[in-house]
Amino acid sequence: MATFSTNEFRPGLKVMLDGEPCSILENEFVKPGKGQAFNRVKLRNLNSGRVWERTFKSGESLEGADVMDRDMQYLYTDGEFWHFMEPDTFEQFQADAKAVGDSHLWLKEQDECVVTLYNGSPLSVTPPNFVELEIVETDPGLKGDTAQGGNKPAKLSTGAVVKVPLFISQGEVIRVDTRSGEYQNRVSK
Amino acid sequence: MDWQPSASLEALRQRAALLQRTRYFFARRGVLEVETPLLCSAGVSDPAIENLAVERGTSLARPRYLQSSPEYAMKRLLAAGSGPIYQLARAFRDGEAGARHNPEFSLLEWYRPGFDLGQLMAEVAELVLEFVGERPVEYIAYRDLFLRELDLDPLLAPPAALEARARAALDVGDLAGNRDLWLDLLMSHLVEPALAGRGLCFVYDYPASQAALARLETRGEVSVARRFELYVDGVELANGYHELTDAAEQRRRFAADNARRAQHGQPLREADDYLLAALASADGLPDCCGVALGFDRLLMLASGINDIRQTLAFDWSRC
Repeated sequence: MATFSTNEFRPGLKVMLDGEPCSILENEFVKPGKGQAFNRVKLRNLNSGRVWERTFKSGESLEGADVMDRDMQYLYTDGEFWHFMEPDTFEQFQADAKAVGDSHLWLKEQDECVVTLYNGSPLSVTPPNFVELEIVETDPGLKGDTAQGGNKPAKLSTGAVVKVPLFISQGEVIRVDTRSGEYQNRVSK
Repeated sequence: MDWQPSASLEALRQRAALLQRTRYFFARRGVLEVETPLLCSAGVSDPAIENLAVERGTSLARPRYLQSSPEYAMKRLLAAGSGPIYQLARAFRDGEAGARHNPEFSLLEWYRPGFDLGQLMAEVAELVLEFVGERPVEYIAYRDLFLRELDLDPLLAPPAALEARARAALDVGDLAGNRDLWLDLLMSHLVEPALAGRGLCFVYDYPASQAALARLETRGEVSVARRFELYVDGVELANGYHELTDAAEQRRRFAADNARRAQHGQPLREADDYLLAALASADGLPDCCGVALGFDRLLMLASGINDIRQTLAFDWSRC
């Protein structure tokens, strides 16, 4: 793996820090008037999701991490693993609950998502920014109440619970922003 | 291709106005504007600064260095009897890029024969206040600043205590170094941010190990460097010295810098023989104080811009 010097650190660069794969978020060059220069670096530990702030002497380097983001199709879950496929090569990957994390709430079969591989194995899964899911459980809809505010919880086919407007009924398909977990709109069937 | 300027046209107009007012400031005081060469055969010995060099060209017998400051050449003019001088110079420092650094930048550097450090700090304050408006002005010794902000004596605390203080507040991994490294870390990471929003803060009497080209003086049991740094709202803006005039001491500082360079595997820099010859001449360098001020940063502070790139017509990545 290549090594990267502090002056090559850019947001998104994947490096190994203390044996953990990390993604660089910010890199600030700091130097007192005359003395030693430092780089104050913010990184996300891709294993734990924790954000780290570490100071390096300028010019020090870190080994690159064998981490890559790949577009894959979500196939199914067998309860223990979630299975994904690269559409071009048909190569399949299985991700465990730790890698999938909360993303399982937004995974719909056939949807495309981003699977981050570390040394060839899934490290994390990022669902599409927007998904369309069916409501399997919610209080009965209030006919004609399309303009009023107010909302109610609705359970989706994946198990996620989102707040929806009062006029939405069970069985309808809605569009949700997976980054905020917020209802966007009703999708005509 | 992003061909557009990195500064707004408004920022460029402010830069032009600032240049004009700076020239007027010095004209009023009878300080002579000078220009000195950017490409010289000697580089800078300071281990914390790396030069960029021009390697090829039929005019070159050997590589020449893009100057990291016009200091050596301006001191030769002073030794030749120029009297007070200033320069608006381009300067180059390798590897320095970020929100407050660009490898090519503008320095306002000036020298005042017969001034002591207090007089020069007062003149710097006058110039800066003219551009940034009314702000409080504070003068504090490096030692007192550390005692106030960190409750730590930077001149006497053992390096282990400095390291422990840094590690208690910051994640520095396996960072290792001497006492100056820990002082630099504490200064840039913990003390500087504490100066934000406090107006102009002149920090003077640096540890002797950080003298650079300033003369030394004893303060009771310790020796300090007659050097100051000006922070404006936590941004390091200017660095000044009561200048070293002794040729033999200057030669020792060049040698000490190179010894540190060798120790850290950095390229060695030959002493500037022109400067040494000027210091050793009959009249030598007159007793004087000098200061270098980051002109792009002054523009940042004067216009409320937070990123140096937005003060430059084209930042490093666009040229």
